[in-house]
Amino acid sequence: MDYILSRMSEQVTAARANFRPIEIVGGGTKRFYGNPPPESTGQEALQLQMSTLTGVVNYQPSELVLTAWAGTPLSDIEATLAEQNQMMAFDPPSFGSGATIGGAIAAGLSGPLSFGYGPLRHYVLGTQLLDAQGRILKFGGEVMKNVAGYDVSRLLTGSMGMFGAIVQVSIKVMPKPLVDQTLCFECDEQQALALCETLRSKTWPVKAAAWLPADSGEGGQLALRLCGAQSAVKQASEVLGGQAMDETSANAWWAAFRDQRPPFFAQQPLWRLAVKARTPALNIGPTAFDLGGEVRWVQAQVQPSVIRQMASDAGGHATLFRWDHVQQTPPDGVFQPLDRATMAVIKRLKEELDPKSIFNVGRLVAGI
Amino acid sequence: MNANTEVREAALMRANFDEVLHALRTVLPEHCILAREEQMRPYECDGLSLFRELPLVVVLPETEAQVQGVLRACQRLNLPVVTRGAGTGLSGGALPHAQGVLLGMSKFNRIKSVDPICATAVVEPGVRNLAVSEAVAQYGLYYAPDPSSQIACTIGGNVAENSGGVHCLKYGLTIHNVLKARVITLDGEILELGSESPDAPGPDLLSAFIGSEGMLGVVTEVTLRLLPKPALAKVIMASFDHVETAGQAVAAVIAAGIIPAGLEMMDQRATEMVEPFVKAGYDTSAKAILLCESDGTEVEVAEEIARMTDVFEGVGATRIQVSETEAERMRFWAGRKNAFPAAGRVSPDYYCMDGTIPRRHLAKVLHAIELMETTYGLRCANVFHAGDGNLHPLILFDSNIESEVERAEAFGAAILELCVEVGGTITGEHGVGMEKINQMCVQFGRDELDIFLSVKRSFDPDGLLNPEKVIPTLARCAEYGKMHVHGGKLPFVDIPRF
Repeated sequence: MDYILSRMSEQVTAARANFRPIEIVGGGTKRFYGNPPPESTGQEALQLQMSTLTGVVNYQPSELVLTAWAGTPLSDIEATLAEQNQMMAFDPPSFGSGATIGGAIAAGLSGPLSFGYGPLRHYVLGTQLLDAQGRILKFGGEVMKNVAGYDVSRLLTGSMGMFGAIVQVSIKVMPKPLVDQTLCFECDEQQALALCETLRSKTWPVKAAAWLPADSGEGGQLALRLCGAQSAVKQASEVLGGQAMDETSANAWWAAFRDQRPPFFAQQPLWRLAVKARTPALNIGPTAFDLGGEVRWVQAQVQPSVIRQMASDAGGHATLFRWDHVQQTPPDGVFQPLDRATMAVIKRLKEELDPKSIFNVGRLVAGI
Repeated sequence: MNANTEVREAALMRANFDEVLHALRTVLPEHCILAREEQMRPYECDGLSLFRELPLVVVLPETEAQVQGVLRACQRLNLPVVTRGAGTGLSGGALPHAQGVLLGMSKFNRIKSVDPICATAVVEPGVRNLAVSEAVAQYGLYYAPDPSSQIACTIGGNVAENSGGVHCLKYGLTIHNVLKARVITLDGEILELGSESPDAPGPDLLSAFIGSEGMLGVVTEVTLRLLPKPALAKVIMASFDHVETAGQAVAAVIAAGIIPAGLEMMDQRATEMVEPFVKAGYDTSAKAILLCESDGTEVEVAEEIARMTDVFEGVGATRIQVSETEAERMRFWAGRKNAFPAAGRVSPDYYCMDGTIPRRHLAKVLHAIELMETTYGLRCANVFHAGDGNLHPLILFDSNIESEVERAEAFGAAILELCVEVGGTITGEHGVGMEKINQMCVQFGRDELDIFLSVKRSFDPDGLLNPEKVIPTLARCAEYGKMHVHGGKLPFVDIPRF
């Protein structure tokens, strides 16, 4: 591994010396996500391949911690954890085979279970970073509680490689629930939202809540995933009602939804709106929702400014998640533009950590 | 890359006191400025009273505009700013700067709004931790992080330190329970970090901000995630005749797929110390006891308590007692939560450490601490957030005996370095502050410390917010490293370590 790391370090220092941009590539399953590279760089980007950095470095089931090299496939980690009846509770999506843990952490996307278990950033304990100087730096560690220095690991989480390449990560893992029961409800979007509205203030063990419209466009299906002790799941199911799904089809349904395999997600452009709880139906196009309505997947042919305003009015932000690359990307990028004060801090961070601006330029924050 | 340079030691000329007062009076009413020594004395230290310093002036603003005004004035006059909540911190993070302004946020004490359906609350930073849970109890909700100081400590301070508590194994630290923070930077700009929606665009500045010990900005508003209060909680008190067995019991319960609501360990010296004071009913004949809590519905708790009991019996617990009533549960916890005051009762002074270790090294670390008791000639009681590996050794000493202070500090430093050696960290929840700045040189290499300085400069290019804390300078580490060569014992501890 030292050999691979030192070679990668050399690649980075060489690229840096030549002002050559670097694209960090893991499994390549999320290359559609984020801003396309700027056109005017002049040099072809160097692809920094993470896929040779594989393997679980340390796994302590009784301490709920797993450390792996960034290129380790998510499926390998899932399998390792399953042997000890544990899981990644943040439920990372993998859009195709070969998605890696490093890619999941860098993209910062969480899946349906994060409604109840919390998002990916809550589970990152430590990272090792290959920085612009070609150094391997170590932040955080393998312990749950650590407040020594700033939490750089979590700053790197979801940073889409803009500060460097994550080469190793330590995550908190969780025991699988004793009982995992999915309930289904045939209902339209408004009814589904109304049902989800009260979930945050109830002790019910609802860990995921997602709604998918029917292919016909009329009505749809709400799925609630209850995870916990036998009695708690039973009590809540009795109150909630709905149709119980058998475990195999439930697992398949959730994995398909998380990985966006239902035909609904194939329509482009596909927007992702993160909004605060209790936001009513947006009525701007065919919609599916996740996280009890806090994430809306919307097919909408509207001006970015309109949809962004709608999202910020709802306490959140909008991302152009999948789009036809022939069609132009909004000039200010696929993500909601940042305000001036925040941008000033982020620009300084980028200048400090990647002064020649070589890592994944513009992918997360347009222009830097 | 300019990260190899030190953070700019703000070229601190002794500020002209009249000029400072004049500048502050233009942005604050007179009653918000404390400048006489007797007014400022209460602010000379935080919960770590080993370090004391009087600031140039104390300000207690009442509005966000006043905070902006104070910060801009400080930037213009090149004055350090130390922000303070309730001053309960245990690492000297709120220790004033002699040439600077102490910015007290205690008047920001309103709970601005509660949304009982979304389970969120918007509060000002001076609101006490426990006051949040009290205010939202009427909706069946509570705020989960519960540091032992929760009766006094403030949400702003919790954000600065990323505070935990005895229930954070299951419910998380401050970082897991804060959705959004409104922050004022030194130049008076407003940053909205995080979001009420599941995430925010751009890199996650909120996570970098939480736990930054007042070095990146001043919080004026925090949006908290509230949780529905479980119908019932019960706690098991299990006795063990070896510390190692208690450690195995902790691993076994988690390996069995249980995440207890709280999982705490106390060694015999700690229970012997606490019992006469709190009368919690602890088994003082046991070498270690575990407190293990289950919460949820009645059936759920019954189920889980039964599973936990099986695990403990399987590992070899010598006695198991389950709380029968809420009063009894509170009494079991009272002993743990009052461990620090109890230490104050049996010893004139105590020094509380905060290292975290990978739990599998527990026996080794506790054994090493036992040996250190002889080396340093001081007693040490251990209370321990067992579930997440966070140790709180309490070193008992007498500050009237000069050599005991020195030995206590050296003892503490040795414990922290041991934590790093086994793969842990020097601070799990109390922060680095002034106290553990030297140990930062042990835990991190120069390159990592440089990245911390980069983060610091990105938020605070002037380097005036809580300067000279948390991140050691190259010179400090070099000096500490040199000292370290002389056998792990600090010489010249009477030289102020600033």
